[in-house]
Amino acid sequence: MTDWLAPAEWQALALSLKVALVATLAALPPGIALAWWLARRRFVGKPLLETALMLPMILPPVVTGYLLLQWFGNASPVGRLLTALGTPLAFRWSGAALAALVMGLPLLVVTLRTAFEQVDQRLEQAAATLGASPWRVFIGVSLPLARRGLIAGAALTFARAFGEFGATITFVSAIPGQSRTLPVAIYELINQPDGEAGALRLVWVSLAVGLLATLGASLLLARGARARSEPAA
Amino acid sequence: MIDIDVRLRRGEFQLDACIRAEVPALALFGPSGCGKSSLLAAVAGLLRPRRGHIVLDGRCLFDAARGIDLDPPARQLGVVFQDARLFPHLDVRGNLLYGARLRGGADPVALAETAALLGLEAHLPRRIDGLSGGEARRVAIGRALLSRPRALLLDEPLTGLHRAARRELLAHLVRLKQELRVPLLLVSHDAEEVAAIADRVALIGDGRIAASLDNAGFRTRHLPRDALHSSTLADTGVDP
Repeated sequence: MTDWLAPAEWQALALSLKVALVATLAALPPGIALAWWLARRRFVGKPLLETALMLPMILPPVVTGYLLLQWFGNASPVGRLLTALGTPLAFRWSGAALAALVMGLPLLVVTLRTAFEQVDQRLEQAAATLGASPWRVFIGVSLPLARRGLIAGAALTFARAFGEFGATITFVSAIPGQSRTLPVAIYELINQPDGEAGALRLVWVSLAVGLLATLGASLLLARGARARSEPAA
Repeated sequence: MIDIDVRLRRGEFQLDACIRAEVPALALFGPSGCGKSSLLAAVAGLLRPRRGHIVLDGRCLFDAARGIDLDPPARQLGVVFQDARLFPHLDVRGNLLYGARLRGGADPVALAETAALLGLEAHLPRRIDGLSGGEARRVAIGRALLSRPRALLLDEPLTGLHRAARRELLAHLVRLKQELRVPLLLVSHDAEEVAAIADRVALIGDGRIAASLDNAGFRTRHLPRDALHSSTLADTGVDP
């Protein structure tokens, strides 16, 4: 069953799945907090924060990767500290996950912010009068009511993280098993004289993963919609 | 005992309200747009008055001069909004128990009693988007009651309901007042509803409390004579 992909191709697929999953999970806490903050708070410097968050979507990914290399690379103060702590990011899968997170976070924040903005604040008021602290209002009312945005945003982030190429190869290069993710592997195979067949196989695999992620998100969204429109028992 | 002395302002609109009442059920009565719902929101802690104080049963909820402004959860008031504001992601049971769970647990006996009091026993597993207007209003009342409030704040509880639902809900409210002894603060522009529930009525007009009447005085001034014997009142079993 496993022989229709070469071991190196399996390795790239497994690595990409791991990187995308970790990046998505790690993006959730800051993504949810930022989306909520932008949806509900007015503060000095808000446009600045909005712009900074959108930068990874606007800049060429190679620029984002270069900046990550400057800030987190082994020559940087942060990089030296991380190396001293035994968790360097450069040329590691964790660095690839960081690059994927930075590239995916804007999609999560944009999607979820819109969802939060659509939550009826009168329901949040009602929850407060019933004894809910702001945190309980958020956990028990706002977040469940924004769950469609959360699912859609997480799916988009996963897909973006899975397909991340430019920032990844710039920041963490293409070390097999560490940073040679699926898109990086495809790129390398295309540039090898006999790599055409392998590249094609991996293209099919990325199509399948993309479709599965989209399908999974659609199913989750449909389940939420059905539960809401279900006729009364 | 309720003691309100506040100034509310929203844009051009201003309301100076000064009420002291020592009754189980006080109504704020006035036409639409007179500011009575804003006053209710101020008592609930959802709207900050410009100045003044709000004291309920000896507990200061708001005092501008002393810098006291309890947040809505700390006020422990059961607010029944005109638009019900039920949580669409929870079923009827989940809505009823929302406040109870936050305030020390869901007591099954209390749930059963409240559901019985409001005629909701058969509706507990239902989703709220299938409820009628009257049913939604009753769930909102039950949800507020189960949060163990120090007082119940009702904003136009009968408005927008058709005749049968009005009659039914009014009967529930009268029963609730008789059986539960929770202080009620009612906001309404509906004289029948006010006459059926309130012991004292504050009339709001021209941006202030124009008068304060007891139930009998309110009936003579605001309820047409024939209304006492027909329509919703007679059907509730309340002696007019």
